[in-house]
Formats: sequence, structure tokens, C-alpha cells
Amino acid sequence: MNENVLEMVDIVKIFPGVVANDRVNFSLKAGEIHALLGENGAGKTTLMNILYGIYKMDSGVIKVDGRAVSIRSPRDAIKLGIGMVHQNFKLVPAHTVVENIILGSENNGFILDLKKSSEKIKNLASSFGLKVDPFSEVWKLSMGERQRVEILKLLYRNVRIMIFDEPTAVLTPQEKKELFSSLKEMSSKGKSIIFITHKLDEVLEISDRVTVLRRGKNVATKITKETNKFELANLMIGRPIIFEYSKNPPKLSGLALKVENVRVLDEEGNLRLKDVSFSLSGGEIVGVAGIAGNGQRELAEAITGLRHVSSGKVFVRGKDLTNASPRRFFENGVLFIPEERLGVGTAPNLSVAENLVLKSYDNSPFSNSVFLKFDAIQKFAEMLVKDFEILCPSVKVPVKFLSGGNLQKVVLARELGNLVSRDVNVIVAMYPTRGLDVGATEYVRRLLLKMRDQGNAIIFFSEDLEEILSISDRIFVMFDGRIVGEMDSSKADVEKIGLMMAGSIAS
Amino acid sequence: MDPLTILTTMFILMVQEGSILLIATLGEIFTERSGILNLGVEGLMCFGALSSFVVYYLTGNWITATLAAALAGLALSLIHAFVSITLKANQTVSGLAITILGLGLSSFIGRPLALSRVRIEPLESVRIPVLSDLPVIGPSFFNQNPLVYLSYIMVIILWFILYKTGFGLNLRSVGENPSMADSLGINVFLTRYIATSVGGALCGVSGALLILGYYPSWYDGITAGRGWIAVALVIFSSWNPLYAFFGAYFFGLVGTLNATFQSIGFRVIPTDFFRTLPYLLTIVVLVIFSSTRFRKRKMPASLGKPYTREL
Repeated sequence: MNENVLEMVDIVKIFPGVVANDRVNFSLKAGEIHALLGENGAGKTTLMNILYGIYKMDSGVIKVDGRAVSIRSPRDAIKLGIGMVHQNFKLVPAHTVVENIILGSENNGFILDLKKSSEKIKNLASSFGLKVDPFSEVWKLSMGERQRVEILKLLYRNVRIMIFDEPTAVLTPQEKKELFSSLKEMSSKGKSIIFITHKLDEVLEISDRVTVLRRGKNVATKITKETNKFELANLMIGRPIIFEYSKNPPKLSGLALKVENVRVLDEEGNLRLKDVSFSLSGGEIVGVAGIAGNGQRELAEAITGLRHVSSGKVFVRGKDLTNASPRRFFENGVLFIPEERLGVGTAPNLSVAENLVLKSYDNSPFSNSVFLKFDAIQKFAEMLVKDFEILCPSVKVPVKFLSGGNLQKVVLARELGNLVSRDVNVIVAMYPTRGLDVGATEYVRRLLLKMRDQGNAIIFFSEDLEEILSISDRIFVMFDGRIVGEMDSSKADVEKIGLMMAGSIAS
Repeated sequence: MDPLTILTTMFILMVQEGSILLIATLGEIFTERSGILNLGVEGLMCFGALSSFVVYYLTGNWITATLAAALAGLALSLIHAFVSITLKANQTVSGLAITILGLGLSSFIGRPLALSRVRIEPLESVRIPVLSDLPVIGPSFFNQNPLVYLSYIMVIILWFILYKTGFGLNLRSVGENPSMADSLGINVFLTRYIATSVGGALCGVSGALLILGYYPSWYDGITAGRGWIAVALVIFSSWNPLYAFFGAYFFGLVGTLNATFQSIGFRVIPTDFFRTLPYLLTIVVLVIFSSTRFRKRKMPASLGKPYTREL
């Protein structure tokens, strides 16, 4: 365990306007699991993309087994025994597992021998605990299985240094357990593993050592056993963070949203919501857990007027709004924070100010019914920018130049900064903190809690169980187009939620 | 006429028409599987037909003439490849331009040929022993000219290449997810160039079959929209060469209805209707099969999208 298989020395990578890696050092021992911890934008993925040959570094040295190497493409990296499992899987859904695994491998020959390859894959799979059917088409597999295919792809190429970029983001708690046991299996058989994450618990659970990056710089490398959550958090963001959100008990104020037996079809005519019913009161916040693709998007769109409901009813404060236009939902106080900030949430080429008035530009004081009043718009925008702590050079810059966190604040400011209804609004938020750094995440969660305390009804969708447990009053679990579980967050049990997410049990 | 003779005649015509469609469809499948949409099929066919006609007239050798057609198709499709792969332009626009160019060039070069009424002898049929003695199937499928046999063989060859070889896996992967293929060391640009030019060459050959097999002289607009039917057939056959075989002969059969009904003196439905039928069917197929429900799982995921390397 003392030999360094990999050393990255003084790595510098500059993107226009940002130093993504500023003389970063990183080393990896044979058979260790080394966590790379940092917030979004800390430079973790950049560093690993350099190692994997996707980015070219501006200066620095990479040594594999003590020898300096030059890695110009992923192919070079694989030849050196370095492989990466990306956050978004790089697989062809229409092809079989075996076709995906052997693609681009050098010893395929002109005529493929899929049987022989599948035997090799089966052997690898069983020795590392990565069960998957080689002849199944990838689109039929769960996220966990797809990840196994990605790992097998690396093992098939005899990779010894494996990089995992936030591998748990798409997994259920059970799948995460299986992944972790496979990781331990692989490291015990001599594979060296780099584990990119921003989740402190995962670092503590799986890694032998941890290197912390902050704003492109090395902050520390620690032996995991000798550190703790608070020290790591402090290193990661440079100040202590709060893990618990202080919450007042909910003050419920009457029914805000009622959904009755709603069914929704997708573009291909498949039933995506199967008789979903629930109700939501003012002053409460409900978190919806579930693996993406189990009907969350359809549900959010059905209750904001964006998607046609084929049967069932949607009532907002007692008013039947089933299949009303998004505009009518909005006029009745339904506010939507969509999943994609750029594209759905904002118009990328319009300025911050224009985006902020997208929903209210045609009313006074922003318009006199013929012309827009730019002075009023600008003043209003500047006020929101201040209130919501949006960092931007001016309200006239196109929003596409803003960072993820600031973009999300623009969306939040537009939706929540100028509440339509005086009494109770229904706020529907899709993955409101996804991809945000710890600071922005904290901000968004606090804002949602503040909205709840003001009497609004909030339903939010999240893949982060900790987030759901820490801020919601009630928890729904979605699986296969249904709400399969509903519980009070005070009585919630992570294990049980995980099983529900995987469809193994219903409450 | 006895029913068996009518049926046999119908099948002969079906195979003749279907084989032309089949070769072009196979070519377009090969191209589209790599993610390149080439709507220039009609132009490639027409230019291929003209080239083979000229070379056959000059040399009297059908193999040379067929190669000339392949070369003509390849050359024109290389323009499409350059514009859509290297310059990353809109493939629909580029494909339409290739059709216009192919039709225009053929019309221009072929004008003196059309005026002087130059004639060639159609290719002779080669009887396949034993098989050609089968009733109906024998005379229709196994007593045809060599290019028709080539169309059968190409079905197997293309299917084998696409599904059983490393190159085929690369080609399909490039059509599904080029950035992933690139990261695994597959040359996306080269693969797409090969797929586009081989596909274009096949479209040219289908033009050769059209004119060498069935038309003694050149006339303008000889392809009569068959290229567009082939484009529809690609969708109809779910981008699979084996299904293309059945699709092409089905369309071939529809194309023979006019002649068949005329020959038996059936005049209740006007002949114009039957002549229109293949094109109507093309529209129907395009509408039905291009709805997302049919398309999503079968269509190459990156069809029509130019690939740009990140960074």
C-alpha cells in the first residue's frame, strides 16, 4: 500500500477567466480508495478529466508508476490502465451490454465473437460482484445496472486506476451499498480507485484517504480515519456549515392543492402517472423522493398545466384547474421551478432583467400595454438581484453567462420574488438544489423553508434523501408512476424509503 | 390469361421494381446508421443511372458500367459528406441540394442522349438452375439480371457487416452516440465518411440497375421519385437490411398493380390511382412511422446531428 501508482504534480488548467486547477497535487497508492472532495466548481472533475485525457493541462506532470507520461486522449489513458466512470453514462441504450462493453476494444477482430466476449464479461462480473445480463439491451437496465456496465467496460480493458465521478448521484440506497461493496472488492484485488464526491458521509464511509480541493487549489490530504465530518466540511467550503435546519412546527392553513386519480401519458403514449392522488396544505413542505424517471417530471408538469392530464382532477385552492393553461395555473398562484435552469427555466440569450420579468412583463408597471417600460424593469431587476443575492456583473448580461447557482437564484427570484397571490401560493420545485454548491444549496433550502413559514404550500422533488429528510414535513416516495409511500418526516426511515424507491415494498 | 401466369408476371415486375428500391434503401440504411441523413438518394440514383448508361453505351460492359454508377454515386455523396460531416451544415438542406444537383446534372449531360435517341440492349437474364424451376418464385426471383442477384447478396452482406463485425458495431455506435465512440478511440469522421460514400455508391448502383435492366434509352426524370420511396423504406424497415428486403418488394408489388390490372382488363379503378399508389403509400409510411412512438427506439439516436468534438 505504499507504492504510488499515480502522481499528479503541480497541475495547472486555465479556462477563459477561471483558473480551474491551480498547482494541484494528487497521489494514489496501489489498492487504495482515495476520495476527491470539493464543492461544485472546486476543480475535481477538471483534474480527473485531465488525467483521463479529455482536457489538456496547461502545465504540470503526470507520473504513472513513477514515469512521466503524456495523456492526450481517453485512449491514451486506457492504454496506461486509467479509466473513468462518468456522471452521465456513456452507453448506447439501443445496443446490448456486451456490444457496449467491447466497443472500441482493440482485440475485437474483424468478425465479432460475442459469445467469447460475454464469457469474459461474466467472469469479471462474478469476481467483482457486478451482476448484469450481457445480452440485455441497455435501455432496459436500471441506473445501477448501467453503472455496472460502465465499470465492466473498464475491467474488460484491464484498467488499474478507476475514476468514479459522483457515482452515487443516480443510485438508490441499496444500489449504493452494492456499489460500495464492489469498490471494496476491486480495491482488495489491487485496483486503485479515485472517488469524486461532494458528500461528506460517502467520503467517511468508503475512502482510505481524502484530498480536499477548494476553488482549484489543494487544501489538504487526510487519512480518512483521522478526520471527521466537521473538519472536512470546514476544509471544503472554508467555513463551518450547518447540517441541521432549524424548523418551526408547521402552521397548516387549509387545502392548497388537491390531486385526484391523475393519469398522464408521455409522448409515446405510455402511462407515466397511474392514478396519483394527494393533497397539500398551506404552510407545509412536502419532499418527493424517487429515482428520476418514475413519473416525477410528469407529476410536476401535470400540476402546473404543462402536461395534458388524461384523466383525474387537479384542484388549486378548491378551483378545478384540470388541463387549464400554464398561465391560468400561474394566475392562481402555482409557481414552478423547473428542472432545467437553462432552456426551460430561463431564456439563455435574454438578459437577467428580461428573464426576471418574463412572467409579468405585460402588466403594469413594466408595460403600458403597448411598450415595455425598461426603466421600471431594470429597477425591479436590480431589487431582486439584491434581495436574492444574485451575483452578476449587471442586470443586462445574458443569463447564459451565469453560474448554476446564480441561474437558479434568477429562477427563484422570478417565481418567488413577486408573489401573485396574497395568501397561499403553491410552489412546485424540481430538483431545486441539483448541481449547486454547498453555499447556494443552503440558500435555496432556507428560502423554501421561509416560503413555507409564510404559509405557502410547497412540493419539491429531489434525488438527495438527506435534503428531503432535513427540510420536508411530509415525504412521498414515487415509483413507476405512483406514490408508493407517504410518511411524516419525523418518522421516516432511510432504509424503508430506499426500498420503496426501488419498488421493493409499498407502505 | 390463367391466374398463375398473371401472378408470375406480377411477381417478375415486383422483383424488378423492388430490387431497384432495395439497393438504394440498403445504401441509405448504411449511411443513416452512422448518423448521417442523406436525402440526396433521388439525385444519386439519377446520376448513377446516367453514368452507367453512358459507360455501357461506350464499352458495352455492364460491370464497368455498374462501377461507373457506383463511382458517380460515391462522388456526389462525398460532397454531402464534406458539407455535413466536415462543415457540419444542416444535413436536410445539404441532402436536398444533392438531389437537385444530381437531377440537374443528369438532365444537362443527358440532353444530347435523349435527343439523339441512343439505345442500349437491356441486361440479359441469367437463369439459376433448379431454383428457377419453382412455380412463380422461380421465374420472378431466380431468372433475373445479375444486378438483381447483387441486390439479394447485398442484403446479407450489409446485415453481416452491421451486426457481426467490429466495423459495423463502430458504425452503429457512431450513429447512436458519437461523442462516446470518439472517447473510445473510434474515428467518428472517418466512419461517417465511409458510411456516406458506400451508401452513395449503392444508390448509384440502384440507378444502374434501373436503366441497364429495364430502359433501353435515356430520358429525363427516369428515376421518377424512386429515391424518395427508398428514403421512406429506410424508416419502414426500421434501419435493418433484412426488413428492407421485405419492404422493398412490398413497395415493388404495389408498383406493379397498375400494369397487372391493365393486363387483365380491370378498369373500375382508374389507372392513375395505381400509378399514384406507391407515392401515397410513401406518405402514409412516413407519417405513421415517423411518429415518435415508432421512431424512438429504432432510429439511430444521433441521426442528422453533426458531431463536434468538445473543447
